[in-house]
Formats: sequence, C-alpha cells, structure tokens
Amino acid sequence: MNKKIEEGVVFSILSFITMIVVIPTLLIIGYILLKGIGTINWEFLTAMPRQGMRAGGIYPAIIGTLYLVIGTILFALPLGVGSGIYLTEYAKQGMLSRIIRLAILNLAGVPSVVYGLFGLGLFVLFLGFGSSILAGSLTLACLILPIVITASEEALKSVPISYREASLALGASKWQTIQNVVLPHAMPGILTGAILGIGRAAGETAPILLTVAAFFLPRLPKSLFDQVMALPYHLYIISTQVPNMPEEIKYGTALVLLGIVGLFYMIATSIRIKFKISNRA
Amino acid sequence: MKKISIKDLNLYYRDFQALKDISLNIDAKKVTALIGPSGCGKSTFLRSLNRMNDLIDGVRVEGRVELENHDIYHKDVDVVTLRSRIGMVFQKPNPFPKSIYENVAYGPKRHGIKNRKQLDEIVEKSLKKAALWDEVQDRLNKSALGLSGGQQQRLCIARALAMEPEVLLMDEPTSALDPIATAKIEELITELKKEYTIVIVTHSMQQAARISDETAFFLMGELVEMDQTQRVFTTPRDQRTEDYVTGRFG
Repeated sequence: MNKKIEEGVVFSILSFITMIVVIPTLLIIGYILLKGIGTINWEFLTAMPRQGMRAGGIYPAIIGTLYLVIGTILFALPLGVGSGIYLTEYAKQGMLSRIIRLAILNLAGVPSVVYGLFGLGLFVLFLGFGSSILAGSLTLACLILPIVITASEEALKSVPISYREASLALGASKWQTIQNVVLPHAMPGILTGAILGIGRAAGETAPILLTVAAFFLPRLPKSLFDQVMALPYHLYIISTQVPNMPEEIKYGTALVLLGIVGLFYMIATSIRIKFKISNRA
Repeated sequence: MKKISIKDLNLYYRDFQALKDISLNIDAKKVTALIGPSGCGKSTFLRSLNRMNDLIDGVRVEGRVELENHDIYHKDVDVVTLRSRIGMVFQKPNPFPKSIYENVAYGPKRHGIKNRKQLDEIVEKSLKKAALWDEVQDRLNKSALGLSGGQQQRLCIARALAMEPEVLLMDEPTSALDPIATAKIEELITELKKEYTIVIVTHSMQQAARISDETAFFLMGELVEMDQTQRVFTTPRDQRTEDYVTGRFG
C-alpha cells in the first residue's frame, strides 16, 4: 500500500513539473497571438513598410527571412549530414575523431554574436561577399551546424546493426548500404535536427545583424549578394530604435515570425512522418 | 568435391584468439553443420567465410580460406563480389523495413539490374525457391515486417538467393522460430542443397543430425572433429565430441 502511495505522489509531482514546463510556451504563443492577430491582414503581409516602418507591411522582412532560412538549410544540411555520416560510418575511433567531436561540441557553445563577428570577418570582408544573403546564410549555417551534425550522428547510430549486416552480406558496398538502408532509417532523426536548426536560424538576430540584415530596405533582393530585411532584426529595430512605434505592429511582426518558424516545422515534420511511415512499411 | 577449403585459420579479436589452427574442407552441394557450445567460435568461423568479421574493429585473420582454390583474404579480392557469391542468413530474421518485393530485389538492384521485368522474374524465382511465393504473391508490395517470424526468415533466405550465390551461410537460422516454422526452414534447406553449398551453425544437435551431411564440432576455438554427420553422432573419435553429442556437457 505504501508503495502505491509513493507511486502516486511521484506521478503527481512529475506530471505537475511537466505542466510547468509547458506553461511558458503556451503563454508566449497565446500572448503574442492575442496581441498580434489584429494586425495581420493581407496588406501587412504583402506591402512594403511606409512612414518609417510605422505603417504598411513587413513583406520584405518576411521574404528576407524565408530566403535566409532556405539558404541556411541548403548549406547546413548537406554539410551536417555529410560530417555525421563520416563520423559514424567512416572515421576510425581515435584521437582525430575525438578532436572533431570536441570541436563540434564547443561550436555549439559559442555565443551567437560571436558567429556574427566571425561571419563578418570571413564571409563579408575576407571572401568579399559583402553584407549579403550568401554571407548571412553561411553564418547561420555555421551556427546550426553542431545541431545538425549531432542529430545526424545520433540518428545514424540508432540504425540497427542487423540492417547494415544484411545489406553488406548481400554484396552491397558500404556507400550503397548507407544510401539505401542507413540513411532512410535515420532520416526522421536527421530531420528533427534540421527542424531544431531551422528554429534557431529563423530566430537569431545577432549573426544576421553583422552579415546580411538591412535596417530599412523597402524592396526585394535582386541576387544572393543583396542585403535583405529579416524579421528578427526588424523586430529588434522597431522595438528599440523607432520612436512612436505602434504596439500592434511589433506583436504582429513577432506573430509572423512565429508563424514562419511554425510553417517550416510543419513542412519538416510532415516529411519526417512520411519517412517514419515508409520505414515501417 | 570441395567448395571451400580452410587451411590453418587463426582469428584474433585484439589479444583474444577466437579461432585456433582451423583446417577443414566444405563440400559442394552438401549441408555442413557447425556445432559446439556458446562461445566456441563457430559463428566467428562462419563469418570468416564471407569476411563479415572485417566489419569488427581489431580483428586479425591468419591462414587461408579458399573458395574454389582462390584465397578470399588475398588483397586483390573484392569483398563485394565475394559476398555476392557467398550469401548469408542471420540468427534473427532481419528483413529491411521495405516491401517484400524490395527486400528480394535489394541485392540485384545494388548490382546494377534495373530492368523491371528482369527484377520481377528474379523476385518470383527467389521466393519460389524459398517456398514463400504462394504465401506472399498477392502482397509483394506490402511491408516485409508484417510477415510472421518464420516467413521473415524465409524472406531473408529468398533475399540471399536472389543474388544467385554459390554458398549459403546460415547462422542459427531457426533459433528465433517456433517448431513449425523451424520444420519448414529445415525442409527448405534439404531442398536447397541440391543447388547450393550450405554451411549452418546450429545449437540444436537434433537439427544438425536431421539436415546435415557433414558435422564439425568446435570447442574453445578449436575444431575437435569433423566427419560425416552420422559418424559424429554415432561413433565419434574424440571423447569430447562424444560427451557433447550425448549431452554430458554444453
């Protein structure tokens, strides 16, 4: 009987703690939804900003963020998955792979503003990309690389050895085995990493501040070497730099940013589910 | 006629010697059973015949394993080609999480066969050989994971047969199956030896007695005795073999 009570108490405490964890998320989303939803209309989403950003829309910032997220994923996913594959499948366990892993771990701990400075030095100035979508995407890609690599590694490691053996025993080469058996099975896990990375990339302000983001640019970018406005930076500016900014626009902008992150989550999640189903089938 | 000839095979996991001076011949189109207590090296020996031990870090092999007089450990040997000549079936059925069709077509596809009609034929032929065709022919595109354990194991056999190997290695293929499924696999093995050379590791001495022509008894990394199965079970030469087959230890 005592055991039963103990069990009940532990269960209640743990479920209560979990509730507490969920509350901030719900509050943030709810609060922004409530304050921002009134601002959202067709004009807000598709018009250029006017009157020193106090009116009109946030169209260029939305497009800018979309470009940056897509650019970041295009760079980070192949690089991250590639190194994940190398580390789990090919690298010999030894000094070198330990150093690489340590470097990746450290990379994950670097503050985002340092990435911004790094991107400014390497991509913007040294490689001469200028303040551009290219430089911003590359900088954000560096930022989310540790997330993508770690997730890929974990996902690849979780593929049962029996699948690899079966494939190799059928005379498939190592690369064929990775392509046809290991990667499809690891894909949901890899995509989870990508999802987390997208969230990070879409929301970061400091790295894009120094490498791509324009303060005010009421037109769409013409090339990869063009600057863009981006939602997080725009939000920062209208919240701190522009006097007499209507409150609703700030919350509207925040809501759109949340919406875009949510949209990418949804796309990645649906791909993830598709892979999970085909893994079972 | 001998198909595989093993000469002075020694295998080490780092400092541990798992196989000691193994020399034996495996006859073509016969079933050779490898028996012995757990940890005696019989599975390691089996996996050294298609170089699956290569995958394990720190394994060192000395001696020769000749497939039709060619050393499979020679540096010029392409492991991929070798493994398409020597198929393997594992202890636990391990179909890919793909359709039944894709499982069987997996090997041929990796070796460059793309023609759908040709693949259809290979799949049908292999499933028929594995005595599974009648049970799955109308659900080839369904998941292989929906099959029963015994069916899954026969699918794995079909998958190996699709490569048209010369030798089939089986590592305790029935140890995860119920008696009925086991009987079906045993029947299948008896059928398959008309065309293939089969080497099977088994824990069950009754199974070895039922299906094999030759039996090799391993103990602590050594080959104690190898002979015609009937002899090994009725008039073994070595006392340790007799103790083992009569159930006095192991």
